[in-house]
Amino acid sequence: MLSKKQIAQRIASEIKDGQYIYLGIGIPTLIANYLPEQLEVVFQSENGLLGIGPYPEKEDMDPDIINASKETISMVKGSSLFDSAEAFAMIRGGHIDLSILGALEVSENGDISNWKISSGLIKGVGGALDLVASEAKLYVAMHHCHKDGSSKLLKHCEMPITGIKCVQKIFTDLGVFTILPEGGFKLCERAPGVTIEEIKAKTEGRLVIKGEIKEMELFAQD
Amino acid sequence: MINKTVKDGIEAVSDIENGAVILIGGFGLCGIPEASINALLTTNLKGLTCISNNAGVDDFGVGLLIKQHMLRKLISSYVGENLEFERQYKVGTLELELIPQGTLAERIRAGGAGIPAFYTPAGIGTHVADGKEVREFDERLFLLERWIKADFALIKAWKGDTAGNLIYKGTARNFNPLMATAGKITIAEVEELVPVGELDPNQIHTPGIYVQRIFQGDNYEKRIENQTVRK
Repeated sequence: MLSKKQIAQRIASEIKDGQYIYLGIGIPTLIANYLPEQLEVVFQSENGLLGIGPYPEKEDMDPDIINASKETISMVKGSSLFDSAEAFAMIRGGHIDLSILGALEVSENGDISNWKISSGLIKGVGGALDLVASEAKLYVAMHHCHKDGSSKLLKHCEMPITGIKCVQKIFTDLGVFTILPEGGFKLCERAPGVTIEEIKAKTEGRLVIKGEIKEMELFAQD
Repeated sequence: MINKTVKDGIEAVSDIENGAVILIGGFGLCGIPEASINALLTTNLKGLTCISNNAGVDDFGVGLLIKQHMLRKLISSYVGENLEFERQYKVGTLELELIPQGTLAERIRAGGAGIPAFYTPAGIGTHVADGKEVREFDERLFLLERWIKADFALIKAWKGDTAGNLIYKGTARNFNPLMATAGKITIAEVEELVPVGELDPNQIHTPGIYVQRIFQGDNYEKRIENQTVRK
């Protein structure tokens, strides 16, 4: 079973040189830590920045430079700043190559639910509804099961959905899955030490297993 | 050039009436019009509708207006962990309308640009689409969304001149330039107010035509919601 950091590490290996990328909060935020140095990619922040850099040194913290999680950040060389309508024009308009989001649930036909819910109230969705409706590739990074052990890979989403038929690939602590055009989670890789039986038991939606499923390779430690 | 300077926030907001619809700039606590919000707190206004991306926190930003029971309705994309908001929402004294963030931005932009409605893919197949027209273009489905306009827009910029030309800094720009265009009366507060002619016209983000009143705020707190530093 993978840790959050290892899920992030596994997704990092999918990222290609030259991509413009949107990372959601949670596990996706960690991905930036695991990119090979020679890779040139640009991260977008929906509050109006292309070119998110690492967290700043304490003395360089600027309340006017934050990311969508309202954290202080830095800007890389060659960054650009813009307003919120422009930020979503580049999202909706399909200019972002890849979005990676967390999720509460994903259904076997690629529907996603990722509203922020706390104390029983829907607190909103921020930019996720616009992101999942864009034509960018959409990957999901999440735990395979809820804390109570119930599956997050479902036949139908039980919570209110944020987008329909939009997820292409899912990375969980148990494995990597693609959504088949006809519906179903196709198992591509399993996490080290995780058996196919365990994945079967923890996947409520239709699971498709064809041929031998190899264990994923993780290069860095941690 | 027309001089739009007012003395301070108190003078700027003095003709806002009960029940007004107000746009308030900012993303989280970044780029919020601190001085205009503080000025509102000195009034006894009630029943305001506030359109703002977030609800602030309990003791700062839009959260202060909630705490003082000045709002009837909040239109936002994400309201976060604001306990007083939750309390008023649960007893039914504060109404909430959640809008996808990109749709919120575009509805405000449309309001300022004279576009009454537009089609967007965001929200198709979700409860956001309830009761809205859906139309197919090039084999994809889109939702019809309406413009947003307001009685007042309270916005914050970094620098401005007395003609209302504005320059923003960093990610404090966010919703401010959009809201500037969609308020019948737009009130801009700036950290530095300069005479006309001192700003480079090439660098202006919001042309003065959108701004009716401008003043220099003081003692900006610029509270940071989440301080994160390199380890």
